[in-house]
Amino acid sequence: MTLLTVSNICAETQAKPILKNFNISINEGETHVIMGPNGSGKSTLTKILAGHPDYKVISGELLFINENLQNLSPEDRAKKGLFLAFQSPIEIPGLTCFDFFHLIYNENLSFHGKESVSPLEFLPIIKSIFAKVGSNDDLLERNFNEGFSGGEKKRSEIIQMLLLKPKLAILDEIDSGLDLDTLKKICNVLRHQKKTAFLIITHNPKMVELMNPDFVHVFFNGKIQKTGGKKLVYELDQKGYKHFDTL
Amino acid sequence: MNDNLLSFIYDSYKYGFSTDLEKEYFPIGLNEEVLLLLSSQNKEPYFLKEFRLKAYLKWVQMRSPEWANLNIPPISYDDICYYSQPKKDKYKTSSDAVNPTLLETFSKLGISLQDNEKSSGVAIDAVFDSKSIATTYKEKLAKSGVIFCSISDAIQNYPDLIMEYLGFVVPPGDNFFAALNSAVFSDGSFCYVPKNVTCPLELSTYFRINDEHAGQFERTLIVAEKNSAVKYLEGCTATAYSKNQLHAAIVELIAYENAKIEYSTVQNWYSGNNEGLGGIYNFVTKRGLCVGENSQIFWTQVEAGSAITWKYPSCILLGKASLGKFYSIALTNFLQQADTGTKMIHLGEYTKSTIISKGIAAGCSKNSYRGLVKIGQKANYARNFSQCDSFIIGASSFSNTYPYFDNFNLTAIIEHEAKISKLSEEQLFYLLQRGIPISKAVNLIITGFCKDVILKLPLEFASEADKLLSLKLDNSIG
Repeated sequence: MTLLTVSNICAETQAKPILKNFNISINEGETHVIMGPNGSGKSTLTKILAGHPDYKVISGELLFINENLQNLSPEDRAKKGLFLAFQSPIEIPGLTCFDFFHLIYNENLSFHGKESVSPLEFLPIIKSIFAKVGSNDDLLERNFNEGFSGGEKKRSEIIQMLLLKPKLAILDEIDSGLDLDTLKKICNVLRHQKKTAFLIITHNPKMVELMNPDFVHVFFNGKIQKTGGKKLVYELDQKGYKHFDTL
Repeated sequence: MNDNLLSFIYDSYKYGFSTDLEKEYFPIGLNEEVLLLLSSQNKEPYFLKEFRLKAYLKWVQMRSPEWANLNIPPISYDDICYYSQPKKDKYKTSSDAVNPTLLETFSKLGISLQDNEKSSGVAIDAVFDSKSIATTYKEKLAKSGVIFCSISDAIQNYPDLIMEYLGFVVPPGDNFFAALNSAVFSDGSFCYVPKNVTCPLELSTYFRINDEHAGQFERTLIVAEKNSAVKYLEGCTATAYSKNQLHAAIVELIAYENAKIEYSTVQNWYSGNNEGLGGIYNFVTKRGLCVGENSQIFWTQVEAGSAITWKYPSCILLGKASLGKFYSIALTNFLQQADTGTKMIHLGEYTKSTIISKGIAAGCSKNSYRGLVKIGQKANYARNFSQCDSFIIGASSFSNTYPYFDNFNLTAIIEHEAKISKLSEEQLFYLLQRGIPISKAVNLIITGFCKDVILKLPLEFASEADKLLSLKLDNSIG
């Protein structure tokens, strides 16, 4: 079943065009990788999908599980199962990780008509996820992302994804700041999320190798220039983005 | 998103209801006759009559302070009623039963005026307009020697204590509003904790303004003798009117050797509507005197209500190694204005003070922190730490910080930290992306910002303060 269909989207911010007739289609459980040069608007693309108010969709259609995304607020998109792992996650002074994770977990439960869990019931849930991604339990009592290393922040994004079990997870440079061992561990966890489709933004061929995606897209000038399999990464590695510009 | 952020939806002030009752009140206006009337009605001793008159004579020569960062419309003191209370014969309150109408009013406010388990072990003095209408747990407290009653009762029953301590910390001519209060104060709470006694209950005063035309002028006086301790909570709400009401209060705290007074306030006076119509003018002088060695006075406040707040709970640290603390959250929304902070006056050796202030400005409001740390010549090895943080929501609110430091002693250590932050769109978007509704998202950020202070609040207040902050901010986002 098709999860996300983006057809001929044009989008802009402050009158500057970002996407020009952008298309992509993602089916349930698929893994897609988008690669593109710096400043080509990859992060912007993720924010448009998540509904950031700074970006305006001018034309085209955004469908997520047959629903027009443009009619949905960011929080409703999230509740419908669209998750964005941010490239630069924010900090929340004064709010502990535990309280924050507990809150988003319960919000998600209540959206699905389920009863919320108490902190005591939540503790084993969060601990098992921490163990999976190799995070230290000490982080639970610390303020959310405050003073976290780059790697800790990225792991915290994955932890949230595992808590919310989204249908589609958009991962914006989740690999940056992760050492190789951690990257392997995280990718291993991600590959086991069979019910989640992934849209992965990355510069890192290693991440592509580890994730073994169904599709690799080369993105710049506001749209996908070429789509292929894993091998496209090697072509990109040899010839650079310029090569695809002439196509 | 800013437009969205600033679109105000509804007024959620739950305490704006009015209690319809027959009143007895003084003729409108302020003059010596009104003072004498007040004095004779309360059957006050001569010294108090003199106290009022002296204060009045000072007041007529003083001018309303203009140094605060506040826009105060001219107040016509001759158009205010200085005494209003529920009609005595009709709303009789005896020692063991509060009048049902008043009982119901307070119960609607969530305050139980009966000595039972519902009142969760907090003794309450309830002040309705100009009159204290009930004080709970008096007998239980008396058993441990603690005096807790209305100030009008104290004037009758403990005139010596009143004579000794009234105006001890805040002299009648201290400032314009203190002089006004000293002249016309009608009631309030009195607490005396004797030597070596830790007050077995938490004490509290609840202030309610119901009368549209009356001002409220009350005093609180707390004396903690050597080795004693008391925790005091103060709450207040007012009926919503389109006119403004004046509230000018004085709180005096006196702590002797090793005594400890913790005074917490949740101020939730009516703040006016979205367009700034109505609301209380809140001009309050609160000051504590640490007389004895190792004495401690802690002020904690959550200032969320009032159209205008002018308030600087202070500590005079006279006793050697005495300790003063001030924790404050001041939240303003719509067209509210607040100029609030503290004064820490270090006079004794080894005195210490801590100031943590969190100001949040939303809507088109004005929110200022103003604080003075003064280290006197003899205050060797005094220490102060101040942290003043501000948070701005939206593009139309103002936040200011005015820290003053006067140091006359080279051995003192003074530290100051300040931070200003703005509710960022990225923070908000992040939380929304996790499926958190916008109002909750703002609350999470604000509660986090205030956490240092919320943790210092007494348990009963912490959750109330939390709720109050969210309620207030519900209005600031669309």
